[in-house]
Amino acid sequence: MIIAVASGKGGTGKTTVATSLALSLAPDNPVLFLDCDVEGPNAHLMLKPSLAHREDAFLLIPAVDEVLCDHCGICAEVCQYQAIAVTGRRVLVFPEMCHGCGSCALNCPARAIREVPHVLGTLESGNTPEGIRFARGVLTVGEILAVPVIRQLKMSHPAQIGETVIIDAPPGTSCPVVEAVRGADYVILVTEPTQFGLHDLKLAYELTCELGLPAGVIISRDGIGDREVDDFCLHVGLPVLLRIPMERAIAAGIAQGLPLVSLRPEYNALFKELFLTVAGVSQ
Amino acid sequence: MKIAVSVKAAKSGAAFDPRFGRAGAFVIVDTNTGEQQAVANPAAQFGGGAGIRAAEFLVRHDVEAVISGAFGPKAYDVLHSSGVRLYQAKSGTVDDLVARLLKGDLDAAEGD
Repeated sequence: MIIAVASGKGGTGKTTVATSLALSLAPDNPVLFLDCDVEGPNAHLMLKPSLAHREDAFLLIPAVDEVLCDHCGICAEVCQYQAIAVTGRRVLVFPEMCHGCGSCALNCPARAIREVPHVLGTLESGNTPEGIRFARGVLTVGEILAVPVIRQLKMSHPAQIGETVIIDAPPGTSCPVVEAVRGADYVILVTEPTQFGLHDLKLAYELTCELGLPAGVIISRDGIGDREVDDFCLHVGLPVLLRIPMERAIAAGIAQGLPLVSLRPEYNALFKELFLTVAGVSQ
Repeated sequence: MKIAVSVKAAKSGAAFDPRFGRAGAFVIVDTNTGEQQAVANPAAQFGGGAGIRAAEFLVRHDVEAVISGAFGPKAYDVLHSSGVRLYQAKSGTVDDLVARLLKGDLDAAEGD
């Protein structure tokens, strides 16, 4: 069972939900937690894992052997991202443009292109005190390709039999989010009952429809804003799974790195119930 | 010598385009024959990497010097490494800009 927590709008409470869901399940189920928000991973602040193991996250980019190269230009023609320029006299590779598809090496008639690793970030993993298997990707500052880091994070940490996987997705609805939620059995969309929350919830909901993934909504900061998020959910048939009220004490606790289920232990039962609902829907 | 000038569109009398990678077209002037050829920029509508492809395109046209408003760092790398000289201008007609270049009145461009 893979549950992805996504949001559209940033700062709605994805990590608050994902970490508390993981903590509520951990006493009874083996849990794997993947922090896929590689541009700003922060779930470790609440789950406090060891992060003892580290490996590079990388992309395979072309390295051209200028002796073998006859400057035919096919590599530049097949590149969809203008990562190679062939000028007749020279071949230039722009690593920051490359998406690592390998088309240049595959199509080179002179076999002059080798693929070499270009490090994009780090994968870090370890266990939390509760025994949750935890892993996160960290994109190096200055690098722009989050997707390969997320892909490698997921591939390097497959679920073991019987394990529940909780994925903390990046905000937004762009490629990194698609990569993070791809393969999930259910997507929890966390939103706030404001116009911004509603606007981005609509986009995130469309994304789950496009990918054919069942989804439900958690409304955080409930009590602020208006009723339009509720109206939208009712209109499109999105279930509202849980409401987390706007309370200063919750916000203050989370700002100190305390999980919601520690601040409000009654949420343990609510998250377990939510998990059973979600597991029922996705079967 | 062949000199390329970035312009808005591939037609005679088109206005100077200060953008390099997303210029609508280039006028390539052959100073030996006086011949002028307007060619559409194949990279004008690219989402990314337009400067790289536009630069590659001009090198393949055996251009030896380029006049534009500004060059991005990647376009600069492609042109510079192929021995093409880069010049910056703010405005002017193609004939006027080429004349200024030949008189030594245009500044050499640095990669931005």
